Amino acid sequence: MTLERATAPPAPADGPATDGPATGATGATGADGPGADAGLRPPARLGSRPRRPAVSPAVRAAVPALLVAAWWYGSGSGRLPPDVLAGPGAVFGALRELVSTGQLGDYLLASARRTALGVLAGAGLGLALGIAAGLSALGEELIDPVLQMKRAVPFLALVPLLISWFGVGETFKVVLIAVAALAPMYAYTYLGVRSVDRKVVEAARGFGLRGPRLALAVIVPSALPSILMALRISLSVSLTGLIAAEQIGATEGIGYLVTLAQQYYRNDYMVLCILIYALLGLVIDLVIRGVERLAMPWRGQVSAR
Amino acid sequence: MSGTGAAGGEVAVQITGLRKAFGPKTVLDGVDLEIRRGEFFALLGPSGTGKTTLLRILAGLERPDAGTVLAARRRTTVYQEPRLVQARRVLANVTLGLPRSSRGAGRRALAEVGLERHERAWPATLSGGEAQRAALARALVRDPQVLLLDEPFAALDALTRLQMQDLVGELCARHRPAVVLVTHDVDEALRLADRVAVLRDGVFAADRVIDLPRPRDRDDPATARYRRSFLSHLGVAAAAPH
Repeated sequence: MTLERATAPPAPADGPATDGPATGATGATGADGPGADAGLRPPARLGSRPRRPAVSPAVRAAVPALLVAAWWYGSGSGRLPPDVLAGPGAVFGALRELVSTGQLGDYLLASARRTALGVLAGAGLGLALGIAAGLSALGEELIDPVLQMKRAVPFLALVPLLISWFGVGETFKVVLIAVAALAPMYAYTYLGVRSVDRKVVEAARGFGLRGPRLALAVIVPSALPSILMALRISLSVSLTGLIAAEQIGATEGIGYLVTLAQQYYRNDYMVLCILIYALLGLVIDLVIRGVERLAMPWRGQVSAR
Repeated sequence: MSGTGAAGGEVAVQITGLRKAFGPKTVLDGVDLEIRRGEFFALLGPSGTGKTTLLRILAGLERPDAGTVLAARRRTTVYQEPRLVQARRVLANVTLGLPRSSRGAGRRALAEVGLERHERAWPATLSGGEAQRAALARALVRDPQVLLLDEPFAALDALTRLQMQDLVGELCARHRPAVVLVTHDVDEALRLADRVAVLRDGVFAADRVIDLPRPRDRDDPATARYRRSFLSHLGVAAAAPH
């Protein structure tokens, strides 16, 4: 039965019965365990601890939930006067009113249309210019100075000029949103293209790729994380542009609702508009995350966390 | 496969009087070189001697200051890093810049390097050796007349390096391009090359045909003699003979 003996060797009769770590110094020290006298300890744990998967979403939701609860309690108990902040009930009432008249749907649709058109034009142009400037020295020299200057000008400062050119109609609104969306899209796309591994680009050039083919096959896929981040920032800036555009000469849209609320001191409408903007921001974020998953499947294996 | 690679092949690389300087430092000072199809040429030299510069000039990535550099049109390079596009799958990396109709050829090239089951993998999921094999497939699928290897084994672990060296030797014997291997590893050069040159002070301090049977035995006395000779040209004190 040699096998059995091999798996269960006889314990040394004279060794102290410690469950401490095996050290090379067995028997060198006294009865306190082999490592204690030499100052040996198990290594301190420096790596990150594993977390239960349910913890993160719960913690994430906790603070917003707490804020809503405080709002609810504050307005319910009368400590938060309705002219400072309308209560959840009043805001919900305003929502029901707007939904039942069909105004909310119309307004959201109008705003969505303006934003979509503006972002399509502005971010599309920003993307093309960012890629061109990132790819070629000539492109950078031609495009970058102008866009850096444009970036230094807050787009809201262009409102009077744009009104004098386009009036206060739809064209003005779409152009303002496009102008707002252009700068961040350009800046982050340019950065993303510039940070594509130059060695990979060099190798691709060695295989005969140039210009648009190089951009499509190598540069844009590699810069996609930055391009999607650019789109995310571009979209949130375009929301600001949307408010500004819809506060002038509009008869529908979320920004128009803000103006109405201000004119009639309807605190419930004001709060509702803020909530709608917050929700829109969240939706944009979720959509981009979804696009990131779909468009960048290789990142699942690469990301650091 | 005997080591008579140079015989018969047409000239694929012809360099005369090549000079290249970076600022005050002249790295190539009148280099002459002729390589034929099927010939495996290894270029040794300490770091910073300009061996990679010579390779980059052949690849068209650097311009010579003086001299004539002629090379066959189809040249491909394998670098020290795989240089794969992380955002594209392995097969798309292999056929990068080629028409869609070359996907079959891409698959065959992947099979040749033993990666046929990884064609849909993302580069980040490959090991270092696998990524380098994908880079090799990407070079081979273009049917190169000149294959430029810029220390392609330097970043691999010792075991993978030996396997890759054998694979490269095998593939080059089959496809018979003119090969320029830049390396600082004398044993690697002696394992693979038909001809080894040492670049020192801008010129070839040695340029010798390696007349050894294949597969090469590292411990053969003849190999050891070559090794000592090249090491002394590289300025490394030759190890005492066993």
